[in-house]
Amino acid sequence: MAYGPKIIDHYEHPRNVGTFGTQADIKARKDVGVGLVGAPECGDVMQLQIKVNPGTGVIEDAKFKCFGCGSAIASSSLATEWLKGKSLDEGLAIKNTQIVEELSLPPVKIHCSVLAEDAIRAAIADYKTKNGIPADTTAAAH
Amino acid sequence: MTAGNAHRSIYLDNAATTPCDPRVVEAMLPYFTEKFGNPGSRNHRYGWEAEEGVDTARGQVAALLGADEKEIIFTSGATESNNIAIKGAAYMYEKAPAGSGKSRGHIISSIIEHKAVLDPCKRLQKEGFDVTFLEPPKDGIFTAEMVKAALRPDTILVSLMWANNEIGTINEIPRIGALCHEHDVIFHTDATQWAGKMPVDVERDNIDLLSMSGHKIYGPKGIGALYVRRRKPRVRLQALVDGGGQERGFRPGTLNVTGIVGLGKAAEIAKAEMDRDGTRLLALRRKLEDSVTSRLDHCAINGHREKRLPHITNISFGFVEGESLMMACKDIAVSSGSACTSASLEPSYVLKGLGVGDDLAHSSLRLSLGRFTREADVDYAAEQIVQAVKKLRELSPLYDMHNEGIDLSKVEWGHH
Repeated sequence: MAYGPKIIDHYEHPRNVGTFGTQADIKARKDVGVGLVGAPECGDVMQLQIKVNPGTGVIEDAKFKCFGCGSAIASSSLATEWLKGKSLDEGLAIKNTQIVEELSLPPVKIHCSVLAEDAIRAAIADYKTKNGIPADTTAAAH
Repeated sequence: MTAGNAHRSIYLDNAATTPCDPRVVEAMLPYFTEKFGNPGSRNHRYGWEAEEGVDTARGQVAALLGADEKEIIFTSGATESNNIAIKGAAYMYEKAPAGSGKSRGHIISSIIEHKAVLDPCKRLQKEGFDVTFLEPPKDGIFTAEMVKAALRPDTILVSLMWANNEIGTINEIPRIGALCHEHDVIFHTDATQWAGKMPVDVERDNIDLLSMSGHKIYGPKGIGALYVRRRKPRVRLQALVDGGGQERGFRPGTLNVTGIVGLGKAAEIAKAEMDRDGTRLLALRRKLEDSVTSRLDHCAINGHREKRLPHITNISFGFVEGESLMMACKDIAVSSGSACTSASLEPSYVLKGLGVGDDLAHSSLRLSLGRFTREADVDYAAEQIVQAVKKLRELSPLYDMHNEGIDLSKVEWGHH
């Protein structure tokens, strides 16, 4: 597939790759929310982790790992860039269509942006659950 | 000159197509400009020259297959050969008329055939024939016993590929052919990946119908051949196209003389250089496989370890996805079983058919070597693949989870 320069750039130089600890560590940490979406047999799994400042409610750091095609890697890389410095509500406002537009994703790859939006929502929901914050009614889970 | 500053990557996709051998191009050239006649023109030199070129080529292809010249039908390629063979035999030997409500006859094929066999079989199924699609064992190899178990009194035709295009596994073709002859069943083999690479003798190997293609054996695209047995038994086929009676009526239409001459030359070279190419490519393939699998954990070669074509290998790499793997290996041109590289967004049906899990089917690469592959190409490719897999595993949440002892098959994954 011939990709545009922004996808290639994120693919070749992915931003914020990593985790804030092992799966067990993360489960125990209240300041970190995790979104793990997709499935290996579908060819895409995204793991997005956000570290939130409990005082300000601002996403201070975000990290990702991704098993998937170039578009999936680029979409999750871009999501981490956009999440940093945002409040939880601002994070929830990120829409897959913005990712499509920013990366010029081809039509057959739109599901990658949907998966990235799902990962954002799942990570924020996980943080809220861990901290007893009621889920935003407008952010319906998938 | 290549267009612009396009980067030429190392070509390891010879099972998809091969470059024309320069000797083939040279043989073809006069037939575009000087010897351009229609071989159907019987009354002047232009026609005779063209006919001579076609006759020579027919002899060259027949020699490659151990056949008689009269048994070679030129077609546009293996897809057309498969269609003429499978539908042509089914219609000719059908047991009950269409629309009678009875089975028109039974055909045996397999679920890991090329689409050019699967789809004609599926059409026949819709038209009232019964088709059994055999499922392969894990090693991908069909034996005569498997075919025997599926034979019925109303079986007309067995169609099984000689070697698989994705994994290179080799079926027991001579024994399956012998079985078919014992039971008076027509035997067709799609030999697209085999003929010209490995020895064929249609007598020894008990073949009635054989499809082959020019562009897989360093000939031009748009030309292929169908071998149709003429004696013991004489195989009859119902033509699918009507016209001027060329190619014994099986394939009417003015002959593609340049393509035919090219196919003939390619067949001649293949016959002469088969042993040397095969030995060299087997050594290179083994080097490639050893180099990759010794440096990476969790990778598996798909299909039978030994009974494979010398030039094709298909390797699954756990915890990485095929399309991103191909992006990372940007200096080598290969194929992947990944869904993301196919229009259908489905992972390889061949690998799924072997029972390879969807996750591993998504992370497979097919590497196919050819006459013009050098050892340095293989070394470079191995290095690039190893680096790419390592890089992508750094990115892979699945590899982390695996290394933390999490059983991925027990995780509840979301579904789209």
